[in-house]
Amino acid sequence: MMSDTTPSIGRWFAELARRQYFWGIVAIVVLLLINVLKDPTYLSISVSPTTGNLVGNLIDILRAAAPIMLIAVGMCLVVATGGIDLSVGSVMVVSGAVSMEFLHSASGSVGDAFLAFGLAVLISAVLGTVNGVLVAVVGLQPFISTLFIMLAGRGLAKVITGGQNTAATNDSFRWLANGYVFGIPVVFILALLVVIAVGVLVRRSALGLMIEAIGMDPKAARLAGVNRRGLLFTVYIFSAVLAGIAGVFGTASVMTVDVSRTGYQLELDAILAVVIGGTSLAGGKFNITGAVVGALLIATLDKTVVFLGVSSSATPAFKAIVIVVLCLLQSERVRQVFRQRRASRPHTPQKEVIPA
Amino acid sequence: MTESLPIVEMSDISISFPGVKALDGVNFRLFPGEVHTLMGENGAGKSTLIKALTGVYRIDAGEIFVSGAPTRLNGTSDAQDAGISTVYQEVNLCSNLTIGENVMLGHEVRGPLGINWRATHRAASEVLEKLGLGRLNPRAPLSSLSLALQQLVAISRSMVSRSKVLILDEPTSSLDANEVEQLFTVMRRLRDQDVAILFVSHFLDQVYAISDRLTVLRNGRFEGEYLTPELDRSSLISKMIGKDLVVLESLDSENAVRDHRHTDAPIYRATGISRRGAIEQLDLDLHRGEIVGFAGLLGSGRTELARLIYGADRIETGSVELRGKRVDINSPASALSQRIAFSSENRRDEGIIRDLSVRENLILGVQAKRGWARPIPRKEKDALVSRYLVDLNVRPADPDRAIKNLSGGNQQKVLLGRWLATKPEILILDEPTRGIDVGAKAEIQERVIALADEGVSIVFISSELEEVVRLSDRIVVLKDHRKIAEVANGPSVTADSIITTIAEEGMTDTSAADDDVKEIA
Amino acid sequence: MSTTTMRQHAPVRAESRGIRNWLKLHVDLLPTLAAIVIFVAMIIYGEVAYGRILQANTLSNLLINNAHLIILAAGMTFVILTGGIDLSVGAIIAFSSVSGVLLINAGWDPWLVMGLMVLIGSAFGVTSGILIQYFNVQPFIATLAMMFLGRGLAAMLSTVPERLADDSPVRLLATNFKLIDGPKVNDLVITPGVIIAVIVVGIAFFVLHRTRMGRTVYAIGGSEQSAGLMGLPVPRTKLWVYVISGTLAGLAAVVYTARLGSAQNITGIGWELDAIAATVIGGTLLTGGVGFVLGSVVGALVLGLMNVLITRDGGIPPEATTIITGCILLVFVLLQRLVLARRRE
Repeated sequence: MMSDTTPSIGRWFAELARRQYFWGIVAIVVLLLINVLKDPTYLSISVSPTTGNLVGNLIDILRAAAPIMLIAVGMCLVVATGGIDLSVGSVMVVSGAVSMEFLHSASGSVGDAFLAFGLAVLISAVLGTVNGVLVAVVGLQPFISTLFIMLAGRGLAKVITGGQNTAATNDSFRWLANGYVFGIPVVFILALLVVIAVGVLVRRSALGLMIEAIGMDPKAARLAGVNRRGLLFTVYIFSAVLAGIAGVFGTASVMTVDVSRTGYQLELDAILAVVIGGTSLAGGKFNITGAVVGALLIATLDKTVVFLGVSSSATPAFKAIVIVVLCLLQSERVRQVFRQRRASRPHTPQKEVIPA
Repeated sequence: MTESLPIVEMSDISISFPGVKALDGVNFRLFPGEVHTLMGENGAGKSTLIKALTGVYRIDAGEIFVSGAPTRLNGTSDAQDAGISTVYQEVNLCSNLTIGENVMLGHEVRGPLGINWRATHRAASEVLEKLGLGRLNPRAPLSSLSLALQQLVAISRSMVSRSKVLILDEPTSSLDANEVEQLFTVMRRLRDQDVAILFVSHFLDQVYAISDRLTVLRNGRFEGEYLTPELDRSSLISKMIGKDLVVLESLDSENAVRDHRHTDAPIYRATGISRRGAIEQLDLDLHRGEIVGFAGLLGSGRTELARLIYGADRIETGSVELRGKRVDINSPASALSQRIAFSSENRRDEGIIRDLSVRENLILGVQAKRGWARPIPRKEKDALVSRYLVDLNVRPADPDRAIKNLSGGNQQKVLLGRWLATKPEILILDEPTRGIDVGAKAEIQERVIALADEGVSIVFISSELEEVVRLSDRIVVLKDHRKIAEVANGPSVTADSIITTIAEEGMTDTSAADDDVKEIA
Repeated sequence: MSTTTMRQHAPVRAESRGIRNWLKLHVDLLPTLAAIVIFVAMIIYGEVAYGRILQANTLSNLLINNAHLIILAAGMTFVILTGGIDLSVGAIIAFSSVSGVLLINAGWDPWLVMGLMVLIGSAFGVTSGILIQYFNVQPFIATLAMMFLGRGLAAMLSTVPERLADDSPVRLLATNFKLIDGPKVNDLVITPGVIIAVIVVGIAFFVLHRTRMGRTVYAIGGSEQSAGLMGLPVPRTKLWVYVISGTLAGLAAVVYTARLGSAQNITGIGWELDAIAATVIGGTLLTGGVGFVLGSVVGALVLGLMNVLITRDGGIPPEATTIITGCILLVFVLLQRLVLARRRE
């Protein structure tokens, strides 16, 4: 009878606490608290008197989270199929290089901005197709196929720009990254819309189920009639296109592509976001919301590190350690330790089917 | 046989897994110079006992004595140090290495300059010689050998480590009669050298041909230990199954031969289909409303043929006509769209997707057929799922439960539901009743007959010949990847007559030997 | 049971010892032979097209400039033979060399620091190995994490080139010893770095082919499960291969730093690709179990020679090098798949 009186918020919260990304949310809160300790006004958001836009650290975090959200969602789908996409960072730089190189020689019109965006997405889709062919048709291990694009892609970007860091001017293009709608950064809105669209597409169609099926058991999925090849193609192209859009966001904010820094090591962020979100790197069940939470956490972490005055070059090392820790938590050995501890308590019945 | 001291004695062994007691107070003794067979149905605890003896599983209670001394086995290397070697059903060797390297792996002859390969290969040759395998070149790659010979190479490893105990876990399941004889020759040689052999096999003939002593397990419990000549076959079976033989026979004799006459053109007609290493050229017709049984021993090509029909493996020669039209079925997806469904014999690895729910497993086939872009509407999905859960009597009928938590029989029913939901006109069932309880088995058999009555063309494959004979209207007999006979079912057709067909076919045929020679070239 | 004759399944002892027969027994050597053929063809092509390839100083430089890559490839061979991968080697070199140079410049004993640099590599290898073997983390994830860790740590130390003093004893490893004093500058030269590489390759060869540990490496690559069931020390060996790869990356850092005289946090970006490519070109299967360390050396030299030819040609932008390396790797991986598919038939 007690449970009836407890509000449903309590149950909702209990449900949330069971998800792995709950701990991502906790981590975000903790990081923000640390920042508040240093500067009590950290969380304040003000309206800029000149432009009417919202200004504040939280807004900066949202802006920074946008590209990470995109690549994390793409990575999430790839990881669910049992693969990995190490090429997202390089696809970003190629996409950025193509759009900058195009805008560099084009006029500053809105049409050109659209064309640049289209070109960037197109080249990303091509790179995604290469990944898809290598993984789905040739049957290479995903990490080797995408490692090839990861390393060759950066070379490709350098070839496209002739080794330069190409800059360009186009106000419409720049608006994508720096503009505001209703006072909120355009990048974040766009990223959120794309992510929601992907989420709805995946969960409303049967794409999600199919992806999980091939990630959990490729053999059984094939015999059930699931078209593995087509799905892998779709997923790798998806991931690359999302990375391409992220690349546009990344370069548009400064209107320069830095061939050695744009998208550099961002595959780490994407993998980290996916793992924080509770998707196992072994494939199978995936969680897009979790990946978004992971992306927000990473953006918060990046900003916090800068805010606290720690050298930002230290963050990759720190992120690597977090990945290692999360992988450890996912590993059977560590889980067993937890399970044994839990099993020693009497009231948690454990049901499991033993292998025949 | 002298009643010397046992080399291995396992007393009062218990092993439990969460929720299940896999072994419960089991005793087992193994004497030097004997072949001791471990008998029991699926799930009796045979493999658990073997894994306890090879150090893979840790025992919860009881004691293991090796050569009289209490021994703890915490890992495969412990068992090997204790002189116990194991040869598994699937050959566990490294096919990237040579025969000699495999034989000597871990026991290479070492000199001042590291491994002395000349001496190592010589030692390998000597061991192979001792087992009558002297004609093998130790420097040839292992992958050039047939499965049977690889198994013998695996056995020869135990000679290298001078093991006193050799465990053979279902080594014969994929061997033909000649190869089994070859294996037995080697086993007898080893027995004469005072090696104690623990043998597991499902084939009664083999058990009586080779073993000196039997231990029977049932449901994880010790049933008894017998000298082979002192226990006749029928009492052995009843001890394994735990039922009176009379009951057993009445259960099996239930004959369901239906009155099926097909006058229409076949729905499926394959002409000269083949695939290298799987099926040699054969023709096959399937008719609406007909149950066609594929009979043959394991490895005869019955599963391979089913996979060819379903497009799980590609057909290399020949053509297929479906409903009178030529079609090209080159993937399971294309088969499904042609309304052909196939339930694999390997339920665990090729059937269910363990971590998905019952609902998701059930609709996967229909959904795959529609493609991901056209999801099944919620209502339709629920209706579909609840209909099949009720129809097939799945317990528990909870669609949101993960399928891995269902019993084997219920998993099989869900899979059957998956295929039925795709509305197949041809349904291929490979071992649909293996490893499930009697009740579920009867339900599935009834369902098969009902489906055929509704006009579905059914291919029924089972290693239990009795079951095939009972259900089928027509029986295709396979052997060595060839179709050797096709018989219409009738009163004169029995499991025995099928076995005779298979056995006699081998006697008159001499071309098989040539084929094997070709395989190596 | 039956009177039928036992069938002759087995490959009967070879009576005719022809080349075809030899090849049949040594299919695994084919890719390595192909790599040698390619190397020779590249030399001939270079000599014809650009000249001054087939001469002592070019070939000496090829060895000197690629000594570190040869060392890396030797380590990578161990890892790939087990069916694993090590993506961390480039980052290990960055961290090891930056910290080494900083320590030496801070007045530490150079010889001690060189030892430390090698041990840094070992530490990374141990960590990867433990993650992979005992916590079931996929090799590429574990070593990818180590890659980012190494790069991050290196960037924390310094983000600018750190120079060694001109009289630092570390540079001794890059001293030129003239073996043959040829006309003009055309000398056959060797450095201690090259000698180290040769010794490493020699030891690697010995370990892989003449010790039980080496055989276990091959067995794991063939079938890890089988190797375990045969009682081979699989966990220990798998840990060791990553330690070996890491240690050799540390050693490569010493050799490379000695040659360059400076270190930077971006040193060695993409070298994991080079090491993998060298190994694969040299005939090691990415899936493990088949390959030769000497083949990897040839692979490293093929890559080195490719760089020389690209420089000589002048028409190909140097930025394209990674693309070309990637494509070569890809072609070889595809060839491997073809060969494998053939063999399975």
